[in-house]
Amino acid sequence: MTSKPSIVADTEYQPSAVPFWRDPDKRAIVFQVVALLLVAFVSYYLFSNTQANLERQSIATGFGFLGKEAGFEIGESLIAYSAADRYVDALLVGALNTIKVSFIGIVFTIVLGTLVGIARLSSNWLVAKLAGSYIELMQNIPVLLQLFFWYAIFYESFPSPRQALNPFAGVFLCNRGLIFAVPETHAAHATMGWAFAAALVIGWGLHRWGNRRQARTGQIFPSIRVSMALCIFLPFLVWVFAGTPTAMDVPELQGFNFKGGVTVSPEFSALLLGLVFYTAAFVAEIVRAGIQSVGRGQVEAAMAIGLLPGQVLHLVILPQALRVIIPPLTSQMLNLTKNSSLAIAIGYADFVAVTNTTINQTGQAIEGVALIMLVYLFFSLSMSLFMNWYNKKMALVER
Amino acid sequence: MNAPPKKPSREFLKPPVTEVGVLGWLHSNLFNTWYNSLLTVVVLLMLWQLVPPLFGWAFVDSVWNSPAEACRDIEGACWSVIPQNISFIVFGFFPDGHQWRPGIAMLLLLGLVIFSKDSRHWKKSLAVYWLVGLVTMGILMYGGLFGLLVVDTDQWSGLPLTFMLALFGMVAGYPLGVLLALGRRSRMPAIKTLCVVYIEMIRGVPLISLLFMSSVMFPLFLPEGVTFDKVLRAQVAIILFTAAYIAEVVRGGLQAMPRGQFEAAESLGLNYNQTMRLIILPQALKIVIPPSLGILLSTFKDTSLVVIIALYDVLKTTKVTLSNPKWTGFSTEAYIFLAVFYFICCYAMSNYSRKLEKALHTGR
Repeated sequence: MTSKPSIVADTEYQPSAVPFWRDPDKRAIVFQVVALLLVAFVSYYLFSNTQANLERQSIATGFGFLGKEAGFEIGESLIAYSAADRYVDALLVGALNTIKVSFIGIVFTIVLGTLVGIARLSSNWLVAKLAGSYIELMQNIPVLLQLFFWYAIFYESFPSPRQALNPFAGVFLCNRGLIFAVPETHAAHATMGWAFAAALVIGWGLHRWGNRRQARTGQIFPSIRVSMALCIFLPFLVWVFAGTPTAMDVPELQGFNFKGGVTVSPEFSALLLGLVFYTAAFVAEIVRAGIQSVGRGQVEAAMAIGLLPGQVLHLVILPQALRVIIPPLTSQMLNLTKNSSLAIAIGYADFVAVTNTTINQTGQAIEGVALIMLVYLFFSLSMSLFMNWYNKKMALVER
Repeated sequence: MNAPPKKPSREFLKPPVTEVGVLGWLHSNLFNTWYNSLLTVVVLLMLWQLVPPLFGWAFVDSVWNSPAEACRDIEGACWSVIPQNISFIVFGFFPDGHQWRPGIAMLLLLGLVIFSKDSRHWKKSLAVYWLVGLVTMGILMYGGLFGLLVVDTDQWSGLPLTFMLALFGMVAGYPLGVLLALGRRSRMPAIKTLCVVYIEMIRGVPLISLLFMSSVMFPLFLPEGVTFDKVLRAQVAIILFTAAYIAEVVRGGLQAMPRGQFEAAESLGLNYNQTMRLIILPQALKIVIPPSLGILLSTFKDTSLVVIIALYDVLKTTKVTLSNPKWTGFSTEAYIFLAVFYFICCYAMSNYSRKLEKALHTGR
């Protein structure tokens, strides 16, 4: 980089002897002013053109349309919604659908990606090669094509509900999606949820207490195992006290479709499958690189001081590997969220799809595209804030 | 090899059969521990369940080139959907009888790519070849010269469109990306802020939103009476998108330059432009060749997104073929064909990029 030539100031030459186009500081100011003027001019030009065009085509501006009646139905929704609701409700439904598919997708991706990443490093030749082929195959096929493929499988290869595949009792697979039985709603379910939450809080407290005790006395408390046991045991206890309700809501064929149970639409399933299989390939490579980044000597040293294999993984490999894994992993999670916008291509009503319908109906393209960008920028910025926090927390304390 | 001793003093003990040859390999790679043996057996069983039916579907019970009617009463795959529609899938709406033009243009592109693979050809002349090649391809595609029929860009579709969007996204995005990267490393706060905002904003939103912008917002930006067509608008969106990613890759290269390089350049009395042009960029850009290929790869994959704004790239022409009632129901076969095509292109690129990374790792 050019640094300020300090020689000028040290000699007896007067600074005024330097013409302004040779003075880096002044030149920098000129450059910046010119650049800003240029940006301002281009923005003004585009803005005035847009203004004129909007007036000519008599398109309204502003976000007033949000309060008007949307007038279109949305296939699936987490909250109550009908065509009579406002645009802002429709957009909220879309945003919730985006969050739903991203969240479930992220959970599955991490599980599958970790499994494949570990399999890639397996000493079993067959398993390692299979994992490697999976990674290469998935990384090199566009995710949109994969979405179309899964959607086609659902629509063309699966039978109609009358001939639905029934791989397990209570689970049906047909071109209307995946339909499975769930326990019938019971008053105890809410209490079980609270019990689970309570178990999580207790587990967190135990973990902190265990860590502090270990720092003080050196005694290890198996807080993870105890917490997991609590998470299963407390809800189970509630279930038993509620009289062990076992009634199931089993889907049944009525006419041309199933009644009861829970239906996962083909659009959602195809989107989820495509996103998970695609992103998991990248996550697998990240996990593999993370594990390989821990030197062999670390593992050997840990084994030499008598740690058990589980302890080696938990106390030596993971803390070091995670430092390498987490940053690229979050960016993959963000990629998955951004790729979920491809939902529009197979008709899942995510935020982009709903906004697109809104744009088509109101003609207010600028506001629509701005909304899409704002929502995704919000996701990205919150993710990078998390990253900064994590990096600071995890930064090596150098001595 | 030395000649064997005439009289072996004692007999050589051979290693046990389980440690060498096929058996030894099996033992050490598949059955070295009890859980690995279990894993191998389980995986083999799964493959046994999966592979024969798939093989039968794809190769035994399948038809390869038949009219659509013949596909209705077979159990296997109907690959006929590809050869029967290949000219539409590849060339889309390019006028009949002129399809040799995009054909030759793509062969030219393939030739140039293969020629450029060899790092011995990386000289100034390569840029000239590419320039000549691109102009020739442009003439072949657009026509208007030498008595060729003019084919407007809205008729460009299929494979040539896919290649064009990816190639120009990269070629035009690169200089913009380098400028953005330099701007981001600049000491001028206004320039730096502008570049950071641009890069982070583009990287924070999905490509789809930019493509929407190109299809619904760009027309509003232009003064009355000025229009440019959808393909070029999408191309601009892809260039703007790619540039932000290239900027981050190039920034990585710039950051990898040791301070000594900058200081040495300064002490030689070079100004900023000279430092960058003669010292820093040649080295930084060399480091980032492999990751840049990665960007080209993802741009190539991402061009398929133009389907959503109804441009007829190779994925869309395939979908149009499948919407023909004669060929509905054979999506799986058509998509597998496309997947194989994309896989070959992308795998070749990623493989090449990996090799290059090793070759360029010259150690300083």
